Order: sequence, then C-alpha cells, then structure tokens
Amino acid sequence: MISANLSAIFYLVSGILFILALRGLSSPETSRQGNLFGILGMIIAITVTFLTVGNFSTSTIYVFIFLLVGGAIGAFIAFKIPMTAMPELVAGFHSLVGLAAVFVAISAFKNPEAFNLGFPGDIKLASLIEMSIGAAVGAITFSGSIIAFLKLRGIMSGSPITFPGQHIVNLLIGISIFVLIYFLCSSQSESFFWSMIAISFLIGVLLIIPIGGADMPVVISMLNSYSGWAAAGIGFTLENTALIITGALVGSSGAILSYIMCKGMNRSFFSVILGGFGGDASVSKDKKKDQKPVKSGNAEDAAFLLKNASSVIIVPGYGMAVAQAQHALREMVDTLKKNDIKVSYAVHPVAGRMPGHMNVLLAEANVPYDEVFELDDINNDFANTDVAFVIGANDVTNPVAKTDPQSPIFGMPVLDVEKCKSVLFVKRSLSPGYAGVDNELFYRENTMMLFADAKKMTEDIVKNI
Amino acid sequence: MEIDPFIFRFSIFILAIFVGYYVVWSVTPSLHTPLMSVTNAISSVIIVGAIIAALAGSSENIFEISSIFGFLAIVLAAVNIFGGFLVTQRMLQMYKKKKKNK
Repeated sequence: MISANLSAIFYLVSGILFILALRGLSSPETSRQGNLFGILGMIIAITVTFLTVGNFSTSTIYVFIFLLVGGAIGAFIAFKIPMTAMPELVAGFHSLVGLAAVFVAISAFKNPEAFNLGFPGDIKLASLIEMSIGAAVGAITFSGSIIAFLKLRGIMSGSPITFPGQHIVNLLIGISIFVLIYFLCSSQSESFFWSMIAISFLIGVLLIIPIGGADMPVVISMLNSYSGWAAAGIGFTLENTALIITGALVGSSGAILSYIMCKGMNRSFFSVILGGFGGDASVSKDKKKDQKPVKSGNAEDAAFLLKNASSVIIVPGYGMAVAQAQHALREMVDTLKKNDIKVSYAVHPVAGRMPGHMNVLLAEANVPYDEVFELDDINNDFANTDVAFVIGANDVTNPVAKTDPQSPIFGMPVLDVEKCKSVLFVKRSLSPGYAGVDNELFYRENTMMLFADAKKMTEDIVKNI
Repeated sequence: MEIDPFIFRFSIFILAIFVGYYVVWSVTPSLHTPLMSVTNAISSVIIVGAIIAALAGSSENIFEISSIFGFLAIVLAAVNIFGGFLVTQRMLQMYKKKKKNK
C-alpha cells in the first residue's frame, strides 16, 4: 500500500514517459527507444495501481489472469497481422479503447465508493458529468470504429450510406445525449445512464456510415482523437494524471493527423464529417468523353526506358499494396541501382489508407527510409528526372487538380509527375480513382500506360532489364 | 478561497494538449502509422480504472456487477496494450538504416 500522493507522482512519471514515447517518433533512429519509454510508462502505471489498491486477494489473481488472456490475444494479433491490414487493425484497436472506457464508466457508476466518488444514487455531480462524457465519447468511438473496421475490411461497402434528413437526425440525437446527461445529473437515475450510452452507440454508427471509402484516412485519425478524449474523460473521473495527460496527447495527436489528411486531400474537415463523398457510387457520372488516344506499352518498352534513364522517381499508391507488388518493386529498384541509376520514392500524404501507411509498406519491403520522400521535399525534382514510375497511385498524380477549378479534386496537392521526361503508369485499366475523376495524365504525350497487374508487370520489367 | 482540485487537473489537461500539439507536429510523416498504433497503446492506460473496478469486489463476491465490467475492460485494454506496443515495435524494426547496400 502506497500513499495517494506517492502514487500521483508515479502517475505523473508515466504520463511524462508517454510524452517521450511520442517524442521519440520524430526520427526513425530514436523511435524504438521511444516505444520502450511507452512500455515502461505503462508498467509503472499498472504496478502503481496494484500497490495503491493494496489488498491482495483472489481478485488480484483473476486480474492477472484476465490481463494475460487479453495480452496473449493482443500479442497474437500483433505478430500475425499483415502490414496491408494496419488500418483495420488500428480501427479495431480504437473500438476496444472506446468500449473499455464505457465499461470503466459503468463500473464507476455502479460502484462509486471504489473510486471515491460518493455512493450509488448520490454520486458527486462533477464526477457524474465526467463519467457520462467519458462513456458517451467511448461509446461513439466504439461503434464508429466498428463501422470503420467493417468498411476497411471490405465486409461493408465503402460507398457512403445516406438518407434524407440524416444531418437533422444526427443533430437531434447529439442534443438528446446532452439532455439525458442533464436528467441523469438531476435524478441520478440509472435508466438515464443506460439510455445515454445506448444513444451514443447509435450516433457512432450514424456518424460514420455516410463517410465514403476515400475519406477513411480522416475517419481513422478522427476516431484516434475520440479515443483520446474518452480516456481523458475517464481520467477526470478517476482523478488520474496519467490518464488525463495521455488522453490529451492522444486527442491532439488524432486531431492533427485528421488535419494533415484533410489538407492532403484538400477537403475541409467539416465536409468529410458530413460525408457522401467517394466510394463506388460517384464513378458513374461520365460526360461521354470522346476517346482520346492513349499510348500503351509492354514490359520491354518500360524496361528500355528505365535502363536508359539516369534518374527515376517511384510513385507508389495503395494499388501497389493491394497487388502485393512492393517486394517486386524493390527488386526492380535494386536492379536499376546496379546500373547506376538514381532512384527515389515519392509518397503523397494520403497514399495508402491511413496516415503514413505507404511508408510502412515500403519499409516492410526493405526500402531504406532515407530514399523515401514526402511530397514537399521531392516535388521540385520531377522536372529534372527522366522517368516517373507510377504504380498503384492515381488521383494524387492528376494534373487536373492544378488546372481545372471545376474538378472535385481541384486544389488538392499533387505530385508533379507530368514534369518528368517520361511517365510510366502501371494500372489495370483507364478507370478513374477513388475521387471518380478521370486522370488527364493518361492522355499526355510523355505518358506510357502499362496495363497489367502491378506485381506481374514489375516482375516482367525486372526480367527485361 | 480554496481552489477546486478540478481546476488543477484541468490545467494539466490543457497543458498536455499543448505538449501533445507540439510533440505530434515534430513526428516525421513517415512514422504516422506507428504514431497511431502507439497512441492507441498508451490510451489503454485506462486499464488503471479497470483494475480498480475489478479489485473492488468483496471477498465473498468477487464477480459483482461493477467488478465484472472491470474484468471485461481489463481484457479489452490488455489486448490493446500488448497488441499496440508489439505491432509498433514490429513496424519500427523495419525502419532500420541499411548502409551496406551502397
């Protein structure tokens, strides 16, 4: 048994270790150490909690058993999950944080003495508000993340689900959560507590279903933020510094990532939330374009171009990951490098399905991280480059975003691939990308389309070099 | 005049948001995915609440309603803690510099 003051100091220490864990991610060299800080912070927080509660009984043994069961499941998932499935995994994990927050809030409501919050039916007002907010945000995080998970996993269609009056319904439900919290505080009645949680689960679903597949990177970041605010709400209830600090860190981290993703797509956060964009539905409107000539080539032509280049920039997109072409791509790059050709990679902020996803996929294929560049760092180099090799990316290279104010993607920052001497575009067909916009790049003089599966084409090119 | 302890916690909260803001902007974009998985792992420190709830059961009745929810929350948070930190570690292992290639 340790004193409340001492344990508060330890919680502060673990909060600081969590800050250092994030700080470590400022460069790949320090990142592994950062992760260890995070683990250490967690160990301290858990140990201190055991010591503060003190009375070791059979319950303690059960706590350990449940801890190990959960830990084993988590470890199993962590080792098994393929890197392409990271977005689903993170969405799934967010849902667990959300649900855990709801459960802790329920425990605190049912047994407030254990948390020093008063007595059943007579819980301190401030605590009641805090736990209600924690539970509501947790519930929204849970059901929202489940929907995001289903969409990313492909179990649910990525197209937005909309119905008339949707925003009004959402608004009314949102207001009713606050009304229920008000009644809960004035009456301390359990039924208000349960209905508040039920309605929060519902709004979580309704908030995410209208958001299309293309906006998923924003959704994941947003839910990341929510899970943080839920943790902070519970942190206030438990008067626990580690939880408050962590909640604030995670909350702001998710908010920043959402902002970066929105900027990468030139979409306002608000319009993402209102939804209805992207997915399979928006492809249909084709204004009967006359067939423009397209230059297409085969692996031999591509190999010839690449072999005679002195510099090449690779532009990977999610399609590359779907085709599992990253290892073949790496092989191709190795061959090029042997021929003294300078190769670098250009990664757009929204390449992949979540922030930084493409970098992880490239890292997994053993691409050294110092050859991978962000949009702002590499965009000026395209003009001095011989060949741009676009594989599995589409919208992020579309010059229309710079020229046509009518286009839905106008203003989105794009990679200036068209400035290269020649562009090789690996793609299965001429179909438009997520945004449903035709890519003008296909019809350019210096573009050669390579119609094939990304992996197969890359392998064929390697054979021909 | 006493200051409500809530105000102190609230101050910590606001300051932590600012710390988070600056720290997260300094995270290199290529590590944004590990950032998400590690924030996920650390937000599972909510397990401290779950442990308190689970241990609050009386000795005759370990599994009363509030402690059952505590135990369930422990499992959920533990999945996240182990899963989150391990998958982050797995990703970060891949970001190693390979000097030999040149």
